[in-house]
Amino acid sequence: MALGTTLGRVVAAKREGARAPLVTRAALKGLVLRIVPPLVVLAVFLLVWEILCQRPGAGLPPPSRVVTDAWDIIVHPFYDNGGTDKGLFWHITASLQRVALGFTLAVVAGVLLGTLVGQSEWAMRGLDPIFQVLRTIPPLAWLPLSLAAFRDGQPSAIFVIFITSIWPIIINTAVGIRNIPQDYRNVAAVLRLNAFEFFAKVMLPSAAPYIFTGLRIGVGLSWLAIVAAEMLIGGVGIGFFIWDAWNSSHISEIIVALVYVGVIGFVLDRLVAGLGHLVTRGTATA
Amino acid sequence: MTTLNATHLSLEQIGISFTRSGRTTEVLRDVNLKIDKGEFVSLIGHSGCGKSTVLNIVAGLLKASTGGVLLDGKEVNSPGPERAVVFQNHSLLPWLTVRENVALAVDKVLKSKKSKPERRDWIEHNLALVNMTHAAEKRPHEISGGMKQRVGIARALAMEPKVLLMDEPFGALDALTRAHLQDQLMEIHLRLKNTVIMITHDVDEAVLLSDRIVMMTNGPSATIGEVLTVPLARPRKRLELVEDPTYTHARAEVLEFLYARHAKPAIAA
Repeated sequence: MALGTTLGRVVAAKREGARAPLVTRAALKGLVLRIVPPLVVLAVFLLVWEILCQRPGAGLPPPSRVVTDAWDIIVHPFYDNGGTDKGLFWHITASLQRVALGFTLAVVAGVLLGTLVGQSEWAMRGLDPIFQVLRTIPPLAWLPLSLAAFRDGQPSAIFVIFITSIWPIIINTAVGIRNIPQDYRNVAAVLRLNAFEFFAKVMLPSAAPYIFTGLRIGVGLSWLAIVAAEMLIGGVGIGFFIWDAWNSSHISEIIVALVYVGVIGFVLDRLVAGLGHLVTRGTATA
Repeated sequence: MTTLNATHLSLEQIGISFTRSGRTTEVLRDVNLKIDKGEFVSLIGHSGCGKSTVLNIVAGLLKASTGGVLLDGKEVNSPGPERAVVFQNHSLLPWLTVRENVALAVDKVLKSKKSKPERRDWIEHNLALVNMTHAAEKRPHEISGGMKQRVGIARALAMEPKVLLMDEPFGALDALTRAHLQDQLMEIHLRLKNTVIMITHDVDEAVLLSDRIVMMTNGPSATIGEVLTVPLARPRKRLELVEDPTYTHARAEVLEFLYARHAKPAIAA
């Protein structure tokens, strides 16, 4: 996708070189060039899938049957029959809420810890080895432990999000802080900025490109983790919805839910990337 | 030349050594210099002789191993806005606009001295001083190298420093821009009467701008080799000085020191 975007831009830029009234047409052409290839690939993929799964006894339904089977949940994402019998919208909202809470906590703690590790040689020596070990633990391995500690599914799921997404945030923030040019530190020293002013006015903006790299990895990981965690803890949530559909052999519903999961994961990634782009406008071109 | 009243800025017996991977190198030894209020002093020497180290010690960014710096009779050993620095590579914060860069300094340093509207006016005043008002909303990457350096100077001057420290401020600029900024700097110095220490490796720049030129010997254990007074009246005009015997004499003295008596070993060999 990233490559496609870049190529599209290059083409658009080249066309714009031709000047004047052609600009809108060139932009249009760039847009078409960006949209058409993925559509073609998608169509070919669906066709192959349709052909492969047409024969009787196939393990998975073909796309045409997915749509007819799961038509109900596709067109009624907002229904709510109480309990866990809700439309996809409500499941996804519940999952996103958990991610929002866990990820926000991870951002706050991760940036602070990352700053500490990046700023203090001693903290780095002490904490970095521990972080390097902890970050390799798969998200779900934390779940039993957090269930034991919190004795409740909701905070446990949030904790899993937190502990999954915090490591890339810590590590990238620390690298960003360590890479603050000595010049900026000298400026801050001459101005006698206090620790808080230095953090807010120099460290954060200077390390922002690195921090946002960490945030982007983190948000992706937390979306990966929440689906798996919800399968185990139950309740309302897209992960539980998928597990529930599997238990009731509604394979088509699983496929629809996976499409939702994928699209939302993509949107989350783009959102954080876009925010990063907005925030680091000045820094990136330093 | 030297007056009997208390010296404004005094470098006393400064020495500094760095230890890197077990080997200690003495960079400076016995650097002594007294500077009067309003004086413009240049430090000149071959690269690697420790000029920047001297400046960083005066700025408080480096700690001397021996000796110390006295400003108005008080020892300084940490950085502070009364010794503002114009850094070699401008060191503007790239995420702030030109105005915001100056404002950061003004709002921090003059918080208790000036009211908010006074600080606004003071920021504009200093931007105008270096003719940067037109680009106040631009970010550093949108303006030229010479403009960045002007903003760096405005930021330093806006702190109302007792001493202005300049680390090869025009070193990275082309000759025409450099001449233009030198003229601007002379004009500002004439108006504000700041005490200035400037590092340079440009002989003409040193002679044109300075009241005294401090020439440094080569390292290791570099020290002040000679101090030359430039008795040219101010305001100085670049074009008139080209033929001026005092100017050419001072220039010859510095060149003699740098290339005959204290040529860089590698070049002399």
